[in-house]
Amino acid sequence: MIKISIKKELFGSQKEMMLDVDLEIQDGEFLALSGVSGSGKTTLLRILAGFEDAKGVISVDDEIWLDAKTTLPPQKRAIGFVFQDYALFNNMSVLQNLLYVKKDEDLASHLLDITELSELKHRHPNTLSGGQKQRVALCRAMMGEPKLLLMDEPLSALDSKMRTKLQSEILALHKEFETTIIMVSHDPSEIYRLASRVVVLEQGLIVNEGKPKDILLKTSGSQKFSFSGELLDIKKVDVIYVAIVAIGQQLVEVVITQDEAKNLTIGDTVELSTKAFTPMLSSTKQ
Amino acid sequence: MLEVLSALDFTPFVLSFKLAGLTTLILFILCLPFAWWLSQTKSKSKPIFEAITALPLVLPPSVLGFYILVILSHNSPVGGFFDEYFGIKLVFNFSGLVIASCFYSLPFMVQPLQSGFTSINKNMLEASYIAGKSKTQTILRVALPNMKPAVMTAIIVSFAHTVGEFGVVLMLGGSIPGETKMASVAIYEMVEIMDYTNAHIYSAIMLLISFLVLLAVYIFNQKTRAIGQLR
Repeated sequence: MIKISIKKELFGSQKEMMLDVDLEIQDGEFLALSGVSGSGKTTLLRILAGFEDAKGVISVDDEIWLDAKTTLPPQKRAIGFVFQDYALFNNMSVLQNLLYVKKDEDLASHLLDITELSELKHRHPNTLSGGQKQRVALCRAMMGEPKLLLMDEPLSALDSKMRTKLQSEILALHKEFETTIIMVSHDPSEIYRLASRVVVLEQGLIVNEGKPKDILLKTSGSQKFSFSGELLDIKKVDVIYVAIVAIGQQLVEVVITQDEAKNLTIGDTVELSTKAFTPMLSSTKQ
Repeated sequence: MLEVLSALDFTPFVLSFKLAGLTTLILFILCLPFAWWLSQTKSKSKPIFEAITALPLVLPPSVLGFYILVILSHNSPVGGFFDEYFGIKLVFNFSGLVIASCFYSLPFMVQPLQSGFTSINKNMLEASYIAGKSKTQTILRVALPNMKPAVMTAIIVSFAHTVGEFGVVLMLGGSIPGETKMASVAIYEMVEIMDYTNAHIYSAIMLLISFLVLLAVYIFNQKTRAIGQLR
């Protein structure tokens, strides 16, 4: 079990804030860290890895990684780290990248088999695609057989198809090695697919935590679906009004009444939901 | 023409290259940890060290030579110490020139190495720490192999700059044939006694060697960059 109880002053882009996190993570748990940028997710990961200092206690099983007296350096912590930008050693082949961590050829070829990289093992990182690079990085992180695997938005630089493929591979690795994983992610579908628990950080504090289904599903009551979007335009067409809403990368048209149109301003963040067949558009302005 | 060439004394060139080789070797070993520290530190004293490192770039060699002369002479504590305990005199001989050259060429070794280390992706270094590797292992196995052009530039330019040294050598060496009379000093003396033929030959050789050395660096850097892109 991993116990985390840390405090650290952060000098964010807007103002100073206090990262203050108390967490207990069970062995083999897959925890997702979510929250807007600047909420302290990456800092928390870096403190766990030993790259940054903090006040408090981190203990993993019976081992103290951090307390008032000791700060274990990254070299002594049994961790794996997957960076957003892969951070592979460009001067080494794929296989050498893995063996650099630990001279265990059997484990290396096993990991390369799982991630379908065996044929690329003598290639250099510069010749690989983003998805292949991140799979190598994942294998490299697993080479040390870590007690804790940390991933900082590992899939955010990849396209959606590659992301889905890598998600399955991460799941396969997690199942086989039963490694405890903490992953920073913004992508609700990714969190839903992978994580068993999600922790939401805001301004350095945990504001929400629970099962991904409970935290991420935004519908309430009799709503059938619900999307959050940005209101781009309202046009009057004869007697009705048509609102143009951007949801993610997609633009949709929604028919609204004059009363609804009155309460909306262009640029609002809106929630588009439906009960049976009639879409409703309501402002989520606070 | 052949007669002139065969009568030519190549000792000054041999001395120049010996001095440059030794200086480059010593500087590389000493500057590697220093450049690493400069690239990684967040210390407020960093600009002071950077300024001291860059001093030989702006100081007239005579000023540099004068101070080194004062510090290394047996009347000073440093020179006196070496003279008394090791029996080594540090001025007007080859070992004194090596020390002086190390100061003179310091920025040419430190600056390329520092910018090389700075250009290395920090995450790559951190990935190496997580793999359980020490800082020394990380520098030797991850950082240096990923900044070959910077290492090459540091070594070659330090070497070439030391070969081209004149003022400091003149101040500290005293032009003793076979000991401290480098090629640059030899040319100066030839011009002084109006021996233009030999001055021409010596100068042409220097020019050619310098050009070839620099050409080699740039060809190497172009190649490594091309390989980097191909990969």
